[in-house]
This record gives sequence, C-alpha cells and structure tokens, in this order.
Amino acid sequence: MTKMPPQYVSTTNACKLCKPLGASLAFRGVEGAVPFLHGSQGCATYMRRYIISHFNEPIDIASSSLGEKNAVYGGGANLKLGLKNVSEKYHPALIGIATTCLTETIGDDVKMLLFQYRQEFMQDGGPLLLQVSTPSYSGTHMEGFHAAVRALVEQLTAEAEANGTVNILPGFLSAADLRSLKEILVDCGLIATVLPDFSETLDGPALRDYPLIPKGGTKISDIRSMSGAKATVEFGYTLPDPLSGGKYLEKTYGVPLQRLGMPVGIRETGRFFEVLSRLSGKPIPEKYAMARGRLVDSLVDGHKYVFGKRAVVYGEEDLVIGLTSFLAEIGVQPVLCASGGTSGGFVKAIEKAVEGFAVEMPRIHEGMDFHEIGELAAELKPDFFLGHSKGYALARGLSIPLIRVGFPIHDRVGGQRLLHIGYHGAQQLFDLIANAMVMAKQDSSEVGYSYM
Amino acid sequence: MEAALQERQDSIHRTGEAPFAMDCNKDSLAGAVSQRACVFCGSRVVLYPIADALHLVHGPIGCAVYTWDIRGALSSGPELHRLSFSTDMQEIDVIFGGEKKLYNALIELIDRHAPKAAFVYSTCIVGIIGDDMQAVCRRVSEEKGIPVLPVQSEGFKGNKREGYKAACNAMRQLVGMGDTSGISKYSLNILGDFNLAGEIWLIREYFTRMGVEVVANITGDGRVGDIQRAHGAALNVVQCSGSTMDLARMMEEDYGIPSLRVSYFGVEDMAESLYAVAAFFKDEEMMRRTRELVKEELSLLMPELMRYRQALAGKRAAIYVGGAFKAFSLVKAFRTIGMQVVMVGSQTGTPEDYAELAEITDPGTIIVDDSNPLELSSFLQEKEVDIFVGGVKERPIAYKLGVAFCDHNHERKEMLAGFTGMLNFAREVYGSVMSPVWRFVPRKSEIVQEESSHD
Repeated sequence: MTKMPPQYVSTTNACKLCKPLGASLAFRGVEGAVPFLHGSQGCATYMRRYIISHFNEPIDIASSSLGEKNAVYGGGANLKLGLKNVSEKYHPALIGIATTCLTETIGDDVKMLLFQYRQEFMQDGGPLLLQVSTPSYSGTHMEGFHAAVRALVEQLTAEAEANGTVNILPGFLSAADLRSLKEILVDCGLIATVLPDFSETLDGPALRDYPLIPKGGTKISDIRSMSGAKATVEFGYTLPDPLSGGKYLEKTYGVPLQRLGMPVGIRETGRFFEVLSRLSGKPIPEKYAMARGRLVDSLVDGHKYVFGKRAVVYGEEDLVIGLTSFLAEIGVQPVLCASGGTSGGFVKAIEKAVEGFAVEMPRIHEGMDFHEIGELAAELKPDFFLGHSKGYALARGLSIPLIRVGFPIHDRVGGQRLLHIGYHGAQQLFDLIANAMVMAKQDSSEVGYSYM
Repeated sequence: MEAALQERQDSIHRTGEAPFAMDCNKDSLAGAVSQRACVFCGSRVVLYPIADALHLVHGPIGCAVYTWDIRGALSSGPELHRLSFSTDMQEIDVIFGGEKKLYNALIELIDRHAPKAAFVYSTCIVGIIGDDMQAVCRRVSEEKGIPVLPVQSEGFKGNKREGYKAACNAMRQLVGMGDTSGISKYSLNILGDFNLAGEIWLIREYFTRMGVEVVANITGDGRVGDIQRAHGAALNVVQCSGSTMDLARMMEEDYGIPSLRVSYFGVEDMAESLYAVAAFFKDEEMMRRTRELVKEELSLLMPELMRYRQALAGKRAAIYVGGAFKAFSLVKAFRTIGMQVVMVGSQTGTPEDYAELAEITDPGTIIVDDSNPLELSSFLQEKEVDIFVGGVKERPIAYKLGVAFCDHNHERKEMLAGFTGMLNFAREVYGSVMSPVWRFVPRKSEIVQEESSHD
C-alpha cells in the first residue's frame, strides 16, 4: 500500500515552499500589519514575486537586508534600522518579524533585539512587534504559516472576559474560501474571529491610491480577546500541537478546542456545520441545507463521468487530505496522495479519509518532490492531477488534465478566487472535475459529440 | 506625504533640476522594501539558460523552489535548466555540515541526467556554516569527468551585481577548455542575451545574414561545449552589460578578445549594434549586407509601427528594470513610438549609467536607483503615467492604481528584441494602454464621469 519510493538524496522540483513565506502570508492577514523578514534582501523579494504571481496583488514584505558585515557581526543594527524605516513609512499597527535561515544560523537573538529596540525607539509608542522563528531548514511554508498564527495568539492575547465569540483558525485557505467562511459564520449567527484573514488584503479592489497597507485583515483587538471566546475551531489534522494556536488558547485560557479537517467535501463540511450548529444553538441555515441538497443532486447527475477515474493529488498536507476525502466521496480513485510536508500525520489522516469509500488504498507519501511524484504517476496511470500549477509539466507529459486548486496558481488568472471549502466549494470542485473528464473524452473522441 | 525615506533622497534625481549626482550601487536600505533580490539571484539569472548543465542549489529549499522554471529562457535542445535541483538542507545538515549531502546529491543527479557540466550555487547558510564547496566540486569533477563549478553566490554578500560577478567567475573556468579549430575570423560570442521567447535565435539570424559566425550564446540557449570554445571568437558583443561585462573583461584579459556594448531593444539600438559589429570587422561587403538587412527589416516594420505611433503619441511611460542598459534602449524605443518617458530607474545601475540616463531624458524626468513600491507608486501618480514597464514585482503596483503595464523582465513570454521585437513591444504597449478597462478604474472613472457630464 504505502511501499516506500526510492530515497533520493537530492530534491528535484520541490512540492513545498519555505517557512518564512508561510509566515508572511499569515501576517498579511492581520489588520494594519506589515510582514518583515530578518535576513537577506533576496528572501523577501523572491517571496513577494511568488505570492504576487498567484494573487495578482501587491504584497510589501520588508527586509532587514543583511549584508556581509551583518552576517559576521550580527544583524541587530539592520533589524532596528529596518523596523524604524517601516514604522516611519508604513505606519503599521503591527510588524510581524519572521527569521530566515541566515539569521537563525548566525544566532541573532531577535527577542532581545526587539527588547532593545522598544527601549531605544519606542518610548512614545509605536507598532506592536511580533516575532516568530522560521528557519527554512526545518519544515515547510505550512509550518511557517502555523507558527506565525501561534505567535500572534501567544504574543497578543491576554486574560479576557468571556465574550461569547468563536475563534476560527482556518489554516491556509484561498481568499474566496475566507470570504465564504465568514459568510457561513454570519449566516449561522456566530460572532467569530477568523485568524488570519487575507481575503481583502490579498484580493482587494482597484484603487485610486496605492495603499500603504491594504484594508482588511483580522482586527488586533479581536485577536487580543480570543482568550475569552467560547470555543476555538481549528482546521487541520496534521497540525502539530506546538504550532497550534488552538492548543495554546485551550491550555492557557481554557478555551475548548475543536480540531476538524479542512471542510472540503460533504463529510468534512457536514462536520463543520454540526460544530457551528452546536456553538450557535441553532439548526444549520436553510441556505446551506439547500446547497448541500443541490450538491448531492449534482453528484448524482454527474457520477458516471468521474467514477473509477484515477487521481494524483498533491500539495499541502491538510489540503490534500480534504481533497482526497472529497474524491473518495464521488467515486474517484485517488492513486497517489503526495506532499512535500513531513508532519508525520499525513498517512493516517488519508487512510481515515478514504476508509469505507475508496476501492483501493492510495499510495500516500510525505516528503515527496515532483520528480518522485512523476516516477510514481507514470506507473499509476492516473486520469488527472489535482493540485497547484507546479504539477503542470508532469500532467502535460502524461497528456492528462491538471485540475488547478490550492497555491500557487501561476499559470491561470483567478487563483485567489478558487473556492474549495463548504458545500459551495465542493460544488465548484465537482463541476471542475466532472467537466475535465467529459472534456478529455470529448477532445480525444473521433466523433466529437456536442451532446453528453 | 513624502514617499521616500530621508536616506533614499540622494538616490532620486530629476533631470535638469539639479547638478547630476546619484547615490547608487550599494546595499539596499533595511526596511525600504527594495525590489532587488540578492547575490544568488544575480548568479542564477546569468547562468540559468545554460540548458545542458546541471544547476544545483546548495541550501534550504526556498532558494531553489522560488527559481524553478520562472524564466522564459528557451532552449533548442536539452531543457535541464528548467528543473529545480536542491540539496534541501535540513537542520542536521546545518549542524554537522552539508558537504556529504552535496557530494551525494551531485553524484546522484549527474548519474541521472548526464549533464555537460554542473554549477553548484551556494546560499546564505552555506557561507555561514563554511561548507568547502570548492573541495566537493573538485572531487566530483575528477570522479565524473565533467566540469563542476562552484558559484559563490551567498545571498548576503552584496547585491545582484556581486552575483553577476560570481557567475562570470564560474564561466571563466569553462572558457578555454574547448577546441577552437575551424572558427571563422568573422566570429563573435553573444553575451548578455538570455533567449527570452527565442530572442537570441533572431539575433543569431541577423549575424548569419551579415556573414558572422556565432560561436557561443552566453547564456541564452547556451551550451557548455560552446562556452568552452568561446575563446576562439574574434569579438564579444555584450548586451545587458551589468551581468556579463565582467566575463567580457576576463576574456579580454585572458585571450585578448575585444568587446562591444550592444543592445537589441528598439530599432535605433538594434541597427546601431549591427553596424558596430560590421564596422569592427572592417569588411565592406559585410557592411553592405548589414545595410541591406536593416533596410529590409525596417521596411517590413515601419508601416505597422507608424500606426501604433499614431495612437500612442504623447502618452507617458515609466520604466523600472533590473539593469540600466536596458533602460537606455527603452527610452529610445518609446520615442520611436512617440511616447514620452517621465520616470526611469533600475535596480543595479552605476553612476555612469545614471549620468547617461540624465543625458538622454527630458527635463523633469525622475531617475531612481533601487526603488520600492511606495516611491514607484507615488511617481506613477505624480507623473500621471499611462504605462509602466517592469517585471512581475512592479506589475501589481501599476495595476492596483489602474495604470497599463508591459512586462520587460525575464519572466516574459513575448519576444521584444530585434526589429521584430520592436513591433511586438509596440503591440504590447498598445494592447495595454488602449484597453477599455481603464475607464472603469477609480483613477480614470472620475475623469470619464466628468467628461460625460459635460456632454
């Protein structure tokens, strides 16, 4: 079932990104925040380019721009100068400082440097300075993302009165997902804090003036009072406890934690709505009962087009788990589930997701790169790839469709508008998959039917 | 509010408004959100298009994964350059050293891909933990019988220019290894063209028509074997001078090969470059062929170009690119289509470059070194720019403000060099500037509303 692939020393076309990128995205989802990388100038610029190419939005990530001398004598002076300059130009409410492999290795004590900076420059106030350790030699962008969320929760919350709100820690979703999530919460009558929320900061309207910091994001005051919430709902089966903001809130303030999978597909969305219903004390709104009903109806209408089709699914562990769960529900056979992540919980979570649904157990591999995915895919004869745009070359090589989901989408417009979660997200995914299969058959047919 | 930090004021000049001076070619200011990358980026840009070499990034995964297949550098044969190889260093490698992993990774990849050479890029962390890359490369080179070249590109060791130099140092070791017999006395190497969208094929065709043999492409559609015999050429023509001028200087030192600075962007510079090459070879017949070539190409190009010029005349353009040399050509190219350049800047220009820009631009033009989103957006607004030319990182600045954009960076898929490229450039500028979508963006919709209320 999970026969080990050959263990290569080298990595070719990685299926993961580095930690500070995830942290930058998370910080971008806080109102008034500027992400700041303590390291070489290149890190910030490369990540900006990578993120811009997906979201088609500006993202200013500041850098302490260390030079050779700083690498030898320490980056403290540059860190402080950088913070001063960012404060002066951007007037941020918060600066989210993530380290890089360089500054972790030279051993800069960021906590102490920030203490000094506050003494030297912030006597009259200034932005909140938040720090997170994100050396890219351990973990992927997802660990960086979660670490930043955890840091926000740890460093901003304080004991608070019970406030009846709900905390949602959704992990890395698309901008459309975040908007949909917030709509669901409102429709369920819940007052919720979604952290992070870059649905506007990374998908905003055309403007007359360049925004220093775009509008939107989770309010800092809301993060502060997460400690008084009646519950935390956190998505992600592979999220380790030390990186879990929900665990911290539970342990420190006794906020009960409900850990769910990413709500992709029918069962996971159902679980999410059950939790929401319990928290609100109200039944699931009619709008979503209808959406579920329409979804099921469409699955019936289209089931034959997808049944038994073989899929290779790859990307971030929790997204792959959610997608695999949905594929199993619609009768697609996932043949390979792969991720560059190495959380340790991936295999078990996939096995659980397909239990009782999939005809055969897929190959499940952590820590994979696209070279390995390609080698296995060639044997497994998939009908389609499901994942981000970096799998395009492999799918093209096998002459099968790539159905684009997740991050990054670098070869299409609208990556930020892809909807994955909830019944509406499942509906979009199903239509995409079913139509890709119909189209593949139609395009390869000699007759060229124009009628299904 | 003033968009530029105090420390940045000396890196911004307005043509004609003060005696020329420019603070440039230094480390980026911390916290200024520079558009620059790092030393590694500089090296990677230059060597990337060598298509039959293995490019292994020694470091944690980020540096490799952010440079995976992001450039439009085409190859007519092998495509090894489009893969992203990394040692993906982990914590344990950082603690105990990454040499063993590097050695094993190199052996594995060379066995798998049989490259003609391997470039090994060092990243920040390798510089800190002190892996002896030279020793590993030497050992693998001896065992595998191919050149294995360390590229000293630790990100923090300066800016992009340092990376260019590191890349040139690596290539210097290749040059001179090959057999130069049979190379014509009318021969040259093309330096500093990266074959974006197939541009170098076009340029090679021009040289072939002139009767000049191209020995090595450095590095667009590049091959290790060609670079190894590049010292057999009579001349180096260097475009994108920032990146490969160092190699030209080294080759002049090592082999006495002279070099010419050229540019293939815009009709003026393209024609001038071809004439300069013909003049170098002092061959009347070649000069005649060159004149004919230019005439022929222009006659194909001009009628359509003039149509674009009519539509675009008087529009204002802003330029922010990696190297200043490209900016010179773009200023002229915009003039050819009747447009006015009101802002021009680069990431890596030298004082001489900026002095030349001040020379060729109109009074009031903003000239800027190592700029950032806040400055750039304020310039776009101040100068009421119609189109911004830059790369991926500049695009959202323009678009967010409702300004047209032309991608003139390494990611692009449009051929913008040569005579054909000038037409493509005009087409692209036209296609963005004339789009009706600008009528709906906040910047313009107010004007449109005003206009319609007058009707």
